Amino acid sequence: MLQRILSGDLPRSRVLAVILAVVLVGLLLAPFLFPGVKALNVAAKVLVFAVLVASFDLLLGYTGIVSFAHTMFFGIGAYGIAIATTRLGPTWGALAVGTLAALAVSLVLSLLIGLFSLRVRAIFFAMITLAVAAAFQTLASQLSDFTGGEDGLSFKVPEVLSPSFEPLENPFLGVDIDGKIFCYYLLFVCAVVLILAMLRVVNSPFGRVLQAIRENEFRAEAIGYRVVVYRTLSSVISALFATLAGCMLALWLRYNGPETSLSFEIMMDVLLIVVIGGMGTVYGAAIGAVLFMVAQSYLQDLLRLASEAVGALPWLSALLSPDRWLLWLGLLFVLSVYYFPTGVVGRLRAARRAPRPLAEASR
Amino acid sequence: MKLGDLDWKPLALVPLLALGVLPLIASPSTWLTLTVAGLAMGMIIFIIASGLTLIFGLMDVLNFGHGVFIALGAFVATSVLGLMGDWTGSGELWRNLLAVLPAMVVAMLVAGAVGIAFERFLVRPVYGDHLKQILITMGGMIIGEELIKVIWGPQQIPLPLPMGMRGSILIGDAAIEKYRLVAVVVGLVVFAALVWVLARTKVGLLIRAGVQDGEMVEALGYRIRRLFVGVFVAGSALAGLGGVMWGLYQQSVVPQMGNEVTILIFIVLIIGGLGSTSGALIGALLVGLMANYTGFLLPKVALFSNIALMVAILLWRPRGVYPLTER
Repeated sequence: MLQRILSGDLPRSRVLAVILAVVLVGLLLAPFLFPGVKALNVAAKVLVFAVLVASFDLLLGYTGIVSFAHTMFFGIGAYGIAIATTRLGPTWGALAVGTLAALAVSLVLSLLIGLFSLRVRAIFFAMITLAVAAAFQTLASQLSDFTGGEDGLSFKVPEVLSPSFEPLENPFLGVDIDGKIFCYYLLFVCAVVLILAMLRVVNSPFGRVLQAIRENEFRAEAIGYRVVVYRTLSSVISALFATLAGCMLALWLRYNGPETSLSFEIMMDVLLIVVIGGMGTVYGAAIGAVLFMVAQSYLQDLLRLASEAVGALPWLSALLSPDRWLLWLGLLFVLSVYYFPTGVVGRLRAARRAPRPLAEASR
Repeated sequence: MKLGDLDWKPLALVPLLALGVLPLIASPSTWLTLTVAGLAMGMIIFIIASGLTLIFGLMDVLNFGHGVFIALGAFVATSVLGLMGDWTGSGELWRNLLAVLPAMVVAMLVAGAVGIAFERFLVRPVYGDHLKQILITMGGMIIGEELIKVIWGPQQIPLPLPMGMRGSILIGDAAIEKYRLVAVVVGLVVFAALVWVLARTKVGLLIRAGVQDGEMVEALGYRIRRLFVGVFVAGSALAGLGGVMWGLYQQSVVPQMGNEVTILIFIVLIIGGLGSTSGALIGALLVGLMANYTGFLLPKVALFSNIALMVAILLWRPRGVYPLTER
């Protein structure tokens, strides 16, 4: 049963399985375990980024393609919801129209980029996508009639998902149940379904071909797989999943603007999460997203304490200032590319698989 | 190389573009102003891009952290020029030049020195692995940008032009900013120096040989590793110089500036053919001209002109105007 749900890709490490279970239960019960607006926001962002990062990992970790245009599709999803609800009103129909339209736009764009540039070398593709993403961000802020420009769009979502909806008179398990919590659970279900779907994709024969291309493009071509076709398909699929993650983000924030979903910083965050969590594992995306979001939200508080503690040394204090949290994350990133190229998940799996030294085993 | 072997078609693109828009811009004096401005902007972009071209073309390392050296150069220049207020403030050009020159030299030295550390700790372990190079230099960029914020603060710092370089001179009816002329001169010097070193000196010969067959060069008794470190340092120093030029051009600097310019540089590199110095020069000039013309004719489209240019060039020559062979 579990084998089928996870598409045969079990955690393959007891520690990893426990961590994943804790993450899943933690996210499931987040509104009750960690009350408060900030904690719920962090949990929702974990859900969105787990999907977004897993979709990026489909490209980077499984197919070996470095793309910097991934947030573009994320943004298309978010703008799809934002524009549809602004124009059509806060109805479920508008959400459906927005999601479908965004998926269609992403499909066409990713196909174009794929066909145009996936024939070229990895570095070329990385640079071209960087330029395309920058152009798209400019476009989004220029078309202000449509996208609200730099200010972005604030919009309403269906009544059931908005904070003003309060079906219960009394708090349930000590928490006031409102639309925000329903919205959270909608995101939760979406995230679980999408991540399981991505597990299905990467563990299918199609996913194996992608891995073969990553390992040795020349050999994969020689066996008879059309590498360009598979790469294009991989980038299209990953773009569609990223679009859905964008829809989830917009639904949660009830706002979208260029900085929220399209900025280069988000692309960096995605890269950091992929590498820290573990490239080439869908589970890594989930664990990385938890680590990163918690760090982003709480590392700053920790740094503030540390910075005040060493207030007498201005240099150290500047280094430990809460605004410099990215510095420490950057260091962590570089170290993990060196020492844990397979990330947290790869490490945990390797620890289990590593054969014990002979002497120890025979004792 | 015989003159007949020269691939002249890309070279012709620059004058063709300039003459092609002449009918669209009604007044010849406006056209002259725009063209000189575009060429000057192109030269500044070339100075920044030349470092990256060098590192990529010769070492096959794509440095996504190149932007850090650009920002570093610009910030060092703000500190140096800030110390020399009475030199930059005076209207005499020679005193201004004496102020800007040390700023450039110090910026290049600092960027080069940081380049040594960058090469040693970040790039050296990942030679030959493009994916890791992209990731690790990206990480280097994050760290570098944050360290710049630690030292100079996260806010924007003004970098005013020295008095003597402000304003413009009139040629007929066309106004030409003085600083743009300075940029053209510096750019040409950098280009000439690069071509001369690579084509005419023994070091250049060794570097080119090392790219072709590193083992053979080692066997002949030269330390290829040391040469490559030198190339990396030179590339970083050029980025520092480019940062000074760009900062003076914008008249202000922010820690993220390298990031912003990086995209422009990548476009130039792609147009130029990834690693070719002359290709980068042509790419930079085309980008500079295009930006100025479209900025005047169709301001809304100006932001996409680079991308359109890149797509057009790639449709014509899919590997850039002067692709390096073998890669």
